[in-house]
Amino acid sequence: MLLIECPWCGPRDEIEYRFGGQSHVVRPAKPDEATDDEWAAYLFWRINTKGPHAERWVHEAGCGCWFNVIRDTVNHEIVATYRMGQTPPLQMARGKTS
Amino acid sequence: MWRSAGLRSKYDVIIVGGGGHGLATAYYLARNHNVTNVAVIEKGWVGGGNTGRNTTVIRSNYYYPESAALYDFSLCLYERLASELNYNIMFSQRGMIITAHSRHELDLAARWVGAMRRNGIDSELLDVTAIAKLIPALDVSTSARFPVCGGFIQKRAGTARHDAVAWGYARAASERGVDIIQNCEVLGFVAGSDGAVSGVETSMGRVMAGKIGLTVAGHSTVLAALAGFSLPITSYGLQAYVSEPLKPVIDTVLMSLATGIYISQSDKGGLVIGAGLDRYVSYAQRGNSAVLRDAIGSVAEQFPSLRRVRLLRHWAGIVDVVPDSSPIIGESPVRGLYLNCGWGTGGFKGIPVGGWTLAHHIATGKPHPLAEPFGLDRFRTGALIDEAAASGIAH
Repeated sequence: MLLIECPWCGPRDEIEYRFGGQSHVVRPAKPDEATDDEWAAYLFWRINTKGPHAERWVHEAGCGCWFNVIRDTVNHEIVATYRMGQTPPLQMARGKTS
Repeated sequence: MWRSAGLRSKYDVIIVGGGGHGLATAYYLARNHNVTNVAVIEKGWVGGGNTGRNTTVIRSNYYYPESAALYDFSLCLYERLASELNYNIMFSQRGMIITAHSRHELDLAARWVGAMRRNGIDSELLDVTAIAKLIPALDVSTSARFPVCGGFIQKRAGTARHDAVAWGYARAASERGVDIIQNCEVLGFVAGSDGAVSGVETSMGRVMAGKIGLTVAGHSTVLAALAGFSLPITSYGLQAYVSEPLKPVIDTVLMSLATGIYISQSDKGGLVIGAGLDRYVSYAQRGNSAVLRDAIGSVAEQFPSLRRVRLLRHWAGIVDVVPDSSPIIGESPVRGLYLNCGWGTGGFKGIPVGGWTLAHHIATGKPHPLAEPFGLDRFRTGALIDEAAASGIAH
């Protein structure tokens, strides 16, 4: 069982949360002009990092807020949590770029 | 079992990944296309990844015609695989029953059965009385936590011995000249002057080959990154459990739509139980306790007589999930590098057809007709084969 620190509510068990996939996936700025490749990258392509991974979680059974987690996908260690809109900690640089 | 082979410096084809799909690819390269100068390179041991970690269910009851054709070809290959490989893979066509637990699930089941029959897949709707007769241990009473409203069956579905599938393909491929190299990790790819792949760097040194197949399931994106491209794949843990051995209690495979559990009984008597994915990215090969609790709780509710049965083992495999829950078979963005991945939670049943079609593509340079709709390009064109939405499967 993971112990995840919600930036609003503090540490809670994993079962209170739901995983929401990779963080910081940017929607094409001009959707009407985006190419098929740009849409595919936005919709389907993911980093799938083996190691520290920046991802979104929602505190579904708590405050209901979305936030970001940096979690190691090999040993599940949670390195950091931070609010939506906040600048990610330095560690995530490895997870952010493929 | 198979020849002990040393790694040579050059092959016609290298297959990365010595699980079922990789070994089947090597076997069909030799058998169907007479391409025998082939090496299968495996980081760990043969069949030690997802091939040895699944719940061994084989079925072909999919919704879309493309999927039905692909998976049913696989099932047909399984039906004659033991004699083909001269190796007892213990394929037991004990049928698979899928139970619906609400009127709405039953409506969905009827829709699926209609589509499957239209695709030529044997599927039959069952009422509660028929299900109770087929699975006496299942609680179908109206007071059950998950009352059963009906369901459907594919009678040709079943289970097989997973290790035997890997070993049978390995031995048969080896007999035809394929080198099987274990404990050899691929560390990178060698690019030729024209941008095509020309070999791999391994923990045992550099090996050259003009054509390379990637059959590494949950590690597909890790290997793709070494070759300089990415994939629409997310890796999740999928856990499974085996109980202590019991006298025969269930002689079919059950999957419950309400709880997502599936259960069968092995020839040794152990109940083999699976459930849904651990819903976060993972490479850990161990299941989390929340999913374990839900799955075992569901089994205890649906099979009251099994409540005091103890589990012997618990593990997870790392499965490669794509957005439309259908495999990716064919060319990668790097010329000479071919993909067989994205099977998600359903890779075991696809081993024969995954190997057959990938071997065809590598040997002929053209996609096999069965695999043509399953190219990587579908994520750009939008021609998805969305089995997650269509047939209610977990992967």
